[in-house]
Amino acid sequence: MSPLLGVGEEDQSNVTLVASSTSIDSLCCNSSDLKERNYMGLADCSSVDSSVVSSVSDEAKRSSLNLKATELRLGLPGSQSPERDPELCLLSSTQLDEKQLFPLHPLNDGHCSSTQKSVPSGSKRGFSDAMDGFSEGKYLAKSEVKAMLSSRSSSNLGLKSGSVLEKLGTQPANAKEPQKIIQERSRAADEPRPNNNGFANGNSSAPATKAQVVGWPPIRSFRKNSLASTSKNNEELDVKSVPGAMFIKVSMDGAPYLRKVDLKNYSAYKELSSALEKMFSCFTIGQYGSHGALGREVLSESKLKDLLHGSEYVLTYEDKDGDWMLMGDVPWEMFIDTCKRLRIMKGSDAIGLAPRAVEKCRNRN
Amino acid sequence: MQRMACSFPDEVLEHVFSFVQCDNDRNAISTVCKSWYKIERWSRRRVFVGNCYAISPDMVIRRFPDVRSIELKGKPHFADFNLVPDGWGGYVAPWISAMAAAYPWLEEIRLKRMVITDENLELISKSFKNFKVLVLSSCEGFSTDGLAAIAANCRSYLHCRNLRELDLRESEVEDLSGHWLKHFPDDYTSLVSLNIACLGCEVSFSALERLVGRCPNLRTLRLNRAVPLDKLANLLRRAPQLVELGTGAYSSELRPDVFSNLSGAFSGCKELKSLSGFWDVVPGYLPAVYPICCRLTTLNLSYATIQSPDLIKLVGQCQNLQRLWVLDYIEDAGLDAVAASCKDLRELRVFPSDPYGPEPNVPLTEQGLVSISEGCSKLQSVLYFCRQMSNAALMTIARNRPNMTRFRLCIIEPGTPDYLTLQPLDVGFGAIVEHCKDLQRLSLSGLLTDLVFEYIGTYAKKLEMLSVAFAGESDLGLHHVLSGCEKLRKLEIRDCPFGDKALLANAAKLETMRSLWMSSCSVTFGACKLLGQKMPRLNVEVIDERGTPDSRPESCPIDKLYIYRTVAGSRFDMPGFVWTIDEDSAMRLS
Repeated sequence: MSPLLGVGEEDQSNVTLVASSTSIDSLCCNSSDLKERNYMGLADCSSVDSSVVSSVSDEAKRSSLNLKATELRLGLPGSQSPERDPELCLLSSTQLDEKQLFPLHPLNDGHCSSTQKSVPSGSKRGFSDAMDGFSEGKYLAKSEVKAMLSSRSSSNLGLKSGSVLEKLGTQPANAKEPQKIIQERSRAADEPRPNNNGFANGNSSAPATKAQVVGWPPIRSFRKNSLASTSKNNEELDVKSVPGAMFIKVSMDGAPYLRKVDLKNYSAYKELSSALEKMFSCFTIGQYGSHGALGREVLSESKLKDLLHGSEYVLTYEDKDGDWMLMGDVPWEMFIDTCKRLRIMKGSDAIGLAPRAVEKCRNRN
Repeated sequence: MQRMACSFPDEVLEHVFSFVQCDNDRNAISTVCKSWYKIERWSRRRVFVGNCYAISPDMVIRRFPDVRSIELKGKPHFADFNLVPDGWGGYVAPWISAMAAAYPWLEEIRLKRMVITDENLELISKSFKNFKVLVLSSCEGFSTDGLAAIAANCRSYLHCRNLRELDLRESEVEDLSGHWLKHFPDDYTSLVSLNIACLGCEVSFSALERLVGRCPNLRTLRLNRAVPLDKLANLLRRAPQLVELGTGAYSSELRPDVFSNLSGAFSGCKELKSLSGFWDVVPGYLPAVYPICCRLTTLNLSYATIQSPDLIKLVGQCQNLQRLWVLDYIEDAGLDAVAASCKDLRELRVFPSDPYGPEPNVPLTEQGLVSISEGCSKLQSVLYFCRQMSNAALMTIARNRPNMTRFRLCIIEPGTPDYLTLQPLDVGFGAIVEHCKDLQRLSLSGLLTDLVFEYIGTYAKKLEMLSVAFAGESDLGLHHVLSGCEKLRKLEIRDCPFGDKALLANAAKLETMRSLWMSSCSVTFGACKLLGQKMPRLNVEVIDERGTPDSRPESCPIDKLYIYRTVAGSRFDMPGFVWTIDEDSAMRLS
């Protein structure tokens, strides 16, 4: 049995299923017909008179003004050579373009062999003529092209670029130079793009506004959702995962649920204790104020005793080794490095901690 | 001559044909003569249908009676970006029913952007005696119950069923429970590839561990985010033969024992060539993969929200990297580093970390892409999201990399001009199509006039797929593309001022393409009706959620248009917001 090929990435195999041999034939025919089906009636159309084609290029040579209008030039955007009057240019180039595009304008319909109907007035009928032409593999007759396009105003539709198409063919070198700027394009760019706003449907917002457009930028939902939940997670995740945040759990004996605090939000024990006090407002921590920003001071023996006797609860923390320590012994920076979680212990439970703390104080002092 | 052609017995010809796998070549073979057509159709084992509505299942079955592998694609590409309303279509059900009856020996089903239900999955699991491969790419409509059915019926001595591949690439799965994995029988050992990265829920980890442990041929394992990092080492130790791995969430408390365990497990995977996953990365754990970086050819960090220095350290060790997907956190500096170390790079995709923010959040510009184009001589495929671009940069890229075949640039703000000259980016893209003569796929963005389409029509002779958004000025633009791009198969356009004229003038071209999508353009319903009536081999679908297009003037632009060639006629499963026009001029509703 022949090995079955796995299908690779989406873009790799460009194969199509052909349902019947007849459609293959028509497909093959179509690809060769493409050349003839030229919208502009320019090159490769066999039944266009060669005289017509040459008249087009003659026109182009004669209309120097038009050529200049589309010539690629050096210059900054907005600067224009003195002899060109933009208004005049647009109009004349348009008029001339029409002549280039529709060289059969002055000719009679009798020249068009592909149709026997009279010149249609509306674009629809013109198209149905064209459709008959298509089904026979022929191209759009010039009269239909004229009919289709004459109904639209010619000023802003880029018809002027028809001559640019020619220019493109004759002067390919110019197109590549980075400094040369297409004057007409710059003018197009300066316009506030009325086309887009005029044509676009209500669904999409104009590029000028910052409103979010559906499906733009083109990112798949899966990726969008992943990004969204990643940023949410980062707020909740523990100390090490996100630089700048240091959330640790705080439990209080007797409280029904735990809380979390970000140690990075505080720079001293006092701040932390008052925050915890607010959070678990049913207890009083007392004075931890002796530890200032420097964090060098150590809770003195007497103060600690006051604390333990004075308040109902004691602040303790679990360090890296898993031991439960009394808060306040070590400098603040060292504390936040080693602290993994906090526990607000009942004063009675904390008795066991006090002597060690007192001893430490004695050793330091 | 004729006698010579028939002098080979059919079996010999069939054997010869078996060496021809490419569909285009097989199509060509089938047109030589009747007997070759007959032999070819009986021996064709693999069928690719690029548009499931271009042909009916019965037609495929009639022509190719003994198919073992089928690939179907449903919705248009823009469905990925929510431009195709729900319920549009792409149902695989009729195909599964037809094939269940006609292809009992079907082995492989690959679907892309199709709707598949749990019932369909159950039917698959029960109908095909030798079923091996199920790939559901960007599909939807099913839940973990359907997966349970696949798992439960994956193995049978009686029917020789042995599932090898279950790949759920980026599909939308309704997560009912993670227990579906337990349905794989205990004696099932033939799994080769499992991709569940898109699943949201936690799968039963013990079942996963056991499954991985008993399948010695497992080479691809893509986990979902819910699999914690501290469990990864266990899985890796059970499957050291893995070639492709997708991690789950790559975060855990930094603990030396977890780290060394993970690092050891990675080192044990000597065949690992592809890494992905990396959600919620804790940078401290990245060095665990350093030992295998030199063997990596594919690295997908596009979900890893890590900063440039960490990215540089990682990617700098991947000298054999061919494919890199990353977030724009990599910055221009990171891409410079990639250009210096990854000389074998073929494909680069840079995704935006903050696509909806008004301002750039990272220093990633066109410069990064230029560096890559200079440093990576084998670069062929690019997908790049950025916020600024210049014609000069595009020209440099084009000149550096004429071997480019896929170029997709997304400048995040629509209509952004060249930031240096404030000109449109026409000449830049023009340089791309002119220099990259083998360009097959192109996506445009930024400020663009009709000129860019002239360039494309003139130069992009091998272009097969073009995506356009917020570009162009007139119908001339569309006309250039339709009349100039000889190999064009797929054209998708949104928010461009293209109307009826170019479309109608190039109607016959549409039959040579797979499909055309136009949304928020200026095509009128009148033109659609005309096209539908005159082109019987095209389905012209008007998608409009505002109600019937007849209720608006014919000159009013329609919302969305999807035109595709078909030999199957209009489809019967259209929802209420899709209208199509038949040749009998009657407007057909669903």
